[in-house]
Formats: sequence, structure tokens, C-alpha cells
Amino acid sequence: MIKQWFVWYSKKQQDKDTLKSPNMNFQFTEEQLMIQQAARDYAQRELIKDVIERDEKAIYPTEHIRNLSELGFLGMLVAPEYDGSGMDTISYVLAMEELSKVDSSIGVIISVNNSLVCYGIEKYGSEEQKQKFLKPLARGEVTGAFLLSEPGAGSDATSQQTTAIDMGDHYLVNGVKNWITNGNSASTYIVIAQTDREKGHRGINAIIVDRHSEGISLGPHENKMGMRSSDTHSVQFTDVKVPKENRIGEDGFGFKFAMKTLEGGRIGIASQALGIASGAYELAVKYAKERKTFGTEIINHQAIAFKLSDMATQIEAARFLCLKAAWLKDQGQAYGIASAMAKQYTADMAMQVTTEAVQIHGGYGYVKEYHVERLMRDAKLTQIYEGTSEIQKIVISRAIANGDI
Amino acid sequence: MRLLVCISSVPDTTSKIKFTDDSSRFDDSGIQWVINPWDELALTRAIELKEDNTNPVTEVVVITIGTFQTEPTLRKCLAIGADKAVRIDIEPLDAYQTASQLAAYIKNEEFGFIICGIESGDYNEASVGGMLAELLDFVSVSSVSSVRFNKDQPIFQRDVANGKEELSVNGTAVLIVQKGFASVPKIPNMRGIMTARSKPLELIKASSSKSLIKFVNYHSPKEKEAVQMLESSDELVEKLSKEAKLI
Amino acid sequence: MAILVYIRNVAGTIKKQSLELSSYAHAMAEATNQEVIGIVIGEIDDSALSELGNYGMSQILKADNPNFNMRVNRVYTRIIEQAVLKTNAQYILFPDNNQGKAIAPRLSVRLQAGFVPQVLGLPSSYEPFHIEKRAFTGKALANIEVNTERIILSPILNSYGLNENKTELKIENFEPEIDEPESRLTILDKKVNTERINLLDADIVVSGGRGLKSAENFKLLEELATTLDGALACSRPVADDGWRPADEHVGQTGKIISPNIYFAVGISGAIQHVAGVSGSKCLVAINADPEAPIFDVADYGIVGDALKIVPELNEAFKQHLSDNQ
Repeated sequence: MIKQWFVWYSKKQQDKDTLKSPNMNFQFTEEQLMIQQAARDYAQRELIKDVIERDEKAIYPTEHIRNLSELGFLGMLVAPEYDGSGMDTISYVLAMEELSKVDSSIGVIISVNNSLVCYGIEKYGSEEQKQKFLKPLARGEVTGAFLLSEPGAGSDATSQQTTAIDMGDHYLVNGVKNWITNGNSASTYIVIAQTDREKGHRGINAIIVDRHSEGISLGPHENKMGMRSSDTHSVQFTDVKVPKENRIGEDGFGFKFAMKTLEGGRIGIASQALGIASGAYELAVKYAKERKTFGTEIINHQAIAFKLSDMATQIEAARFLCLKAAWLKDQGQAYGIASAMAKQYTADMAMQVTTEAVQIHGGYGYVKEYHVERLMRDAKLTQIYEGTSEIQKIVISRAIANGDI
Repeated sequence: MRLLVCISSVPDTTSKIKFTDDSSRFDDSGIQWVINPWDELALTRAIELKEDNTNPVTEVVVITIGTFQTEPTLRKCLAIGADKAVRIDIEPLDAYQTASQLAAYIKNEEFGFIICGIESGDYNEASVGGMLAELLDFVSVSSVSSVRFNKDQPIFQRDVANGKEELSVNGTAVLIVQKGFASVPKIPNMRGIMTARSKPLELIKASSSKSLIKFVNYHSPKEKEAVQMLESSDELVEKLSKEAKLI
Repeated sequence: MAILVYIRNVAGTIKKQSLELSSYAHAMAEATNQEVIGIVIGEIDDSALSELGNYGMSQILKADNPNFNMRVNRVYTRIIEQAVLKTNAQYILFPDNNQGKAIAPRLSVRLQAGFVPQVLGLPSSYEPFHIEKRAFTGKALANIEVNTERIILSPILNSYGLNENKTELKIENFEPEIDEPESRLTILDKKVNTERINLLDADIVVSGGRGLKSAENFKLLEELATTLDGALACSRPVADDGWRPADEHVGQTGKIISPNIYFAVGISGAIQHVAGVSGSKCLVAINADPEAPIFDVADYGIVGDALKIVPELNEAFKQHLSDNQ
């Protein structure tokens, strides 16, 4: 009798638990593993060949982006009905990690296109906007850029100086945007601009702008410390006319749009940082197993072994944060805090891990041929863009103060 | 024209190879299974031939002999672009048994030609293609380095001693292929990955068959002696002639 | 009972591999008290075969009908099958190369005889029959048991070596009855490249990796290979980048070779590369990086710039060869 009840009770309990937390599953699906492998194969076979040269000469990877779009990476999160690959965010994390292990400039180009531009239009855009702008983006025929930062407004997105004045049938855009990833290569811009200053951040709009519109001029390719083969520019708008139907959402939705979209962007950048860290870690392990000092491979020296142990554990922790945020997003649950945690922890971790990877390589680590110095330079940017680590901490701490977590 | 590519599911090339405690079996725990590299090139080329509309190739079928464990490998083949997969449900004991199972399937089907990688990266028997051809009394063409079509006729190129030969075969041929058959293995695109599950994967019961050889147990190759580091070319020539006696 | 050795006929000549196979067969013959008999197909002069008598072979069946000059696997299989039946051979030996791989599996089916390729060493026992083969692309050795009436083996090239045993050699003509001459296969074209030595047959292989820095620098390796009468090979990245043709790629996914001497020049020694050459009798590594993993598997190593060392080595070998002529 008792046994029967127990069986009945545990079955009930199981159902309830399943509802509360659908499952705790560390098993990737076959499709997810295939995408991870496809990204790994492309990165290890193709990206590796010219990554040092592209970094050194700051060359935009046109051909790689074309190949990767044929494989479906440029619009991997977009639904198939809009010509995307319809992948889940878990797959996206796995793919971003693999690509960024070798070339994080590729990582950021894909991240901006997927998680900011495509996601923004797919989630909040009108049907016409999706047909017109999203489809070519998802097919990878064109790439997109997200224009939020300004010379005087980086982390503080409310103080937009760029204006989009309502002229009745169109907006007239004026102002300067800074640090724009894909600034030159993109064809489709999403521009965040102030329409009504009196309404503060409720007067901000997000509008889709054709990069080739009259009145747009670009500053020179920024000569960056890292991620040198992604093209970063400042973009100047002088009386640029934009049709009203290019506004995303209702009038004044722009600030909320930017904040919501950036929540997803953090998952992309966190996964990119994860790739930078695990790429550097893998190189460090390989080196430590080959390089000998004092008569033995340096992995046998505890000073090195413990470094590698810390790196492996930190990377694994960061990977779980990234996957958790991705999983929440896939489940349709709130993921803003989870993605802030993932981005802050992973970016800071990537900086540490890449620094240690250079240290393990000694003098070799300081020369370009061994890749780790580039990964270290690249890691720095993940702590800065799409919300600095400090901004992420503000997001997290406010949630703590509000009792949200 | 339908093409058949025979697929072996093997441990990833970087896998650490270990055996069960009594050394009698390969220990596959933690192993990542991949398409046997030569088979992957065969599949890549078969799909290229199909994608080129000037060729008469209409369908690419992949087949493997193995347990359910091989299904992810088959779905990877479908993701890369095969139209249909077939799995014959038996863990074969040797190449002869594998070839017998393949032959039992093929004799009821029609294929323009059948492609086998030259060997598999696990048991390295390098026999399935030849055995299959003999079981079905097909022509086998080994060392095939490329295939192309002249209208509807497939033209094969094979490596022979100090050269290459081009040939054609009347009837079904079994091609035994190696490196160079395709340049690099095709990476599946996402559409392919997402449609892999909706493509047919036919499960066939194994027919009765026997094996001819028995893998009894395994051990690791003995460690090589430490390298002798030399200072000059003259020293190397001296060592090779006097010590190794090879020059 | 006999041990039948397939002698590969390369345009009227035989290769050292046949002498090695005969040496191997002779060792088996001594253990089992049998005779070593060869089978050769296609036109060939007796004089080209006579050296086999120095390696323990006592009889050769010569199926030298010019119709058989072209190798057709199906036909060759049937010729050898008839030779097996005629000599009542218990063991049949093939070289472990493309020809062996093409014919032996077919013969295995015809005779229902167990076939063990990539054999290393002599059988450890004959009753029951146990022998070792390479498995997992050189990462392991497998002990194989075969209980079929006849057994087919192909030992890895250069793994056994030559062993002289002067024997009186009889060469007799052999006229197999082929019921249906193969008509399904038509040769359309043949491109002969007589200058290059087949990589799979070569005793000496000179192989280059990324460390050579450019496609042009492979000239230096070609010169060395010419001096040593060896073949040229390369690592996978070199083939993938198009510096060298794909058919020169040796490694786990390329050609698997076992020459007497393998020169790995500017090759770091990735596990996949080593898997393709680990059967080499002697591995010489030349690399600028003293920590390169290739040195862990090499017999002799020189640290330094390949572009400087290879020409020096070429000169040193030239000198040595002319001194010893």
C-alpha cells in the first residue's frame, strides 16, 4: 500500500517538477552538435589560414562572411519563413564559441547581424519591414549594423544627440554615431535617434536606414587594438531622409527597443568572449604539453598546471552562464539578468584567461605567430562594447535591489 | 542515376584509443563518432555530382552497417546532402560480414555506381569495397582519384603505377576511393542540418551472415626509442648508412 | 600445401616488395614445412624473376598472356584463385598496397578465406592461426584469429625486411582458364608519369610541411628526393593550400605509407600526420622548433632551418653515394 502510494506520489511530484522546471538537461541535441561541428570545421580549416594577416592589416573578411552566410550563420536565429535558419539560441552560443576561438572579428560581425539587427526587426518590426529588410539580412546577402553609441553617449544611452525629426511623411536624421561595427560593410542600419527631446527617453525612435542614403558619410576605419578585421567606423548623418514606415514599433519605442535588443546581444558577445577564452586555453594546453623546461613538459610544473586548471574551470562556469541565458531565451522566459551575468563574467574571465595563456606561452606568446596575443587584445573589447562590464554590474545590482533576483 | 555511398562510423581522428579491461574490445566511452574521412570525401563528391544539373545523378543514398549508435553519423550524411540513409542493424564482426550485409541490400536495388572509402579508421581492413564487388560480381575500380560525367556515362580516373588511367565501366561499378576524390569534405549548412531528420532513414534487419576473421584482443604499439638529436647533415648521412644501414 | 606469393609485375619488372614478401613467406614456410610458390601475371622475362630465388622462392607460376598485361581486379582474382587450387596453397600473401587491397578482398570472398591486411610480424601461432595487424590507424595492434581453411595475409611494406635464402627456382608457364574475359571495363586514356616514383612503393620518402614556407621551396625537397631515388610527399595543410597535389598528402586521411626512411621536413607532427607514417622504418625529422612533437616519434632529428639544412643534406648524400659507388 505504502509502496503504491509512493509510486503515485513520486509520479505526481515528477509531473509538478517537470512543470516548474521543464528539465535539467546537459545533453545537446544532434542538430546542436552538428552546428557546433560545422562552425568548428569552418574555423579550424578556413578562418585559421589568414586570421593573422587579416588582423595585422585590418582586412574585412568579405569572402569568409559570404561562405558563412551560405552555411546559414548570418541569419541563424531568424525563422525559416523569413529565410533564416531557425536555430535556437543554444546552437548560436555553440557556433559563436567555435568561430571566435579562431577569429573573434568574425564573431562580432555575426553577433551584430544576428542578435541586434535581425532579432530587432524580427521581434519588433512590421511585416513589411521583415519582408523588405529582414529577408536579405537573414540570407546573408547583406549585413546590418546597430547604431546606438555616440561620441557623448556610450553606456548612457538616454542622452542621444542624434535627431530624427518628424517631417510629416519622413524623418530627417542628423548627428554622429560612433564605434559602429559593420559600419562600412553593412547595407542596413538600425539607427537610434531622438525625435522629441522633451519626452526624454520616451521620445527616442529606432529607424531602419539604408546605408547608401544621401547624406551619410563615414569616418575612417578605426585603427583598433583588437578585433581589427571587423570594420568599425563613425557615421555622420546630414539631413538624411528616412521614410516614416521605417520606424520600428510605435512612436517613442526606440529606447525600449534598444534595451530589449541589447539583452539578446549580450548572449552573442558573451559567447564570443567564451570562444576567445577557450581558443586561448586550447592553445595554452597544446603548448604546455609540447614545451619542455627543466627536463619536462611545462604542464608537469604545478605553476602551469594550476593556471590551466583555473582556466578550464572558469571557462566551464562561463559556458554554463551563456547556455543558461540562451536556454531562458529559447524558453521565452526573461533573460535580461542572465545575459548580463553571462556577459560580465565571461568577458572579464576572457581577459584573465587570455592573459594567462600569453603568460604560459612566455616569449612565444608575445609574438603574433602563436595567436594568443591577438586573442588577448580581442578579449579586451568584450569588456567594453554592448554594455561595459560595469554597466552589466549596474543591471545586475539594480535587479538585486529591486528584489528581481 | 542513383549513387550509393558506403559509410563507416569511426572514432574522431583525435580520439584517444583505449580498450576494455580484458583488452578484448574497443572502449567507446566518451568517443566522438564521425564519418570515416575517406567516406566523407566520397559523399562530398557524390553530392557535388548531384548538385551539378548537367549530370544524370538524381539521388544519393548512404548506407551503414551498425547499431543505433551509428545513426547520428548517418544523419550527418543527410545534413551534408544525402537524400536517403539506410542502416542495417548489426554490429559486424569483420569486413566480410559488412560486405555481405551490403551485398544483400544492393542486389535488390539499382545504382549507377557504388563508392567505398579505401579503408576505415577503426579496424583498417581495407576490404569492404573489393569483397562487395566480388559478392555481386561487379567491376571494382580501386585507387579512384576522380569521377566525372561524359553525358550520361561516368568516367573514372584511377592511379596506376607511375601514372593515371581514365576508364569507363559497363554496368555497376564499385569505386574504392582515396584522398583527392573530393578536395575537402563538405560542411553541412544549417538548412541541411534542420532537414536531416525529415529525410528517410530506413532501418533494415540484418540477414544471416558470417565472419571470416576474429579480432581477439588489442594492445598498444610499443614505445619508440628516444630520438637521437644530430648536429649536422654529415652526421645524419653517417647514421643512416652505418647505424640504420638504410642508405 | 604451399604458400603462394603474389608477385607484382610492374611493366616487366618486380619491386623490392616482392623480395620482402618472399622472405616473409620463407619464414612461414620453414615453420610449417611448406614450399614458397610465386604467381606473376602479365608479360615478364624469367631473368626479371630470378632474384626471387635468392629469397626463398622455389617455384613461380607465370601467367604471361599479354591479354593479362592490364590489371583487371576481377580477372586477376580468378587467375590467382586457380593458382591457389593448383598448388593447394594454404596461405596466400599479397603486398599491402593498392594492388593487394584491390585483389585480396575479392579472393577472400572466392575462397571463403579469412583475409588479414596490414599485418605486422610473423604469425604467433599456426594452430590456431594467430597474427597481429595494425588497427585504429596505428594507434593499436590487434591480435587476429583465423580459422578458415585457407588464409590470406598482406604484411605492411618494409615491416619485415629482406632475408636472403638461396633456393633453386623453377619458373613454369601457367595458363589459367578465364571463362569470361572482362569486357565491362574500358580504358579510355592513360597518362604516364614515368619520372615520379610512386609514393606507396617508395623506399625513401621526402616530405614537407608548412615549415617550408612556400610552394617554391619544395624544389629543395624534390632535389633531395631525386638524389635518394625517393618520392615526394607533404602534410595536409600543404595539400589543402594547393602547394602540392592532393595525392602527395600522407597522413591519417591521406596516404598511409611505410617507407624505409621518411624525412619529415618542416612538419610539426600532428597526430593525424604521424598516424600515416608511423609504420616507417626510420623517421628523420628536420624542424626549426626543437619542441615540435615530430621529434617525439622520430629516430633522428636535426633542429634548424629546413631551407639551409636540406641543400646541405642533399650535398652530403651526393657525396656519400659517389664515394660508395
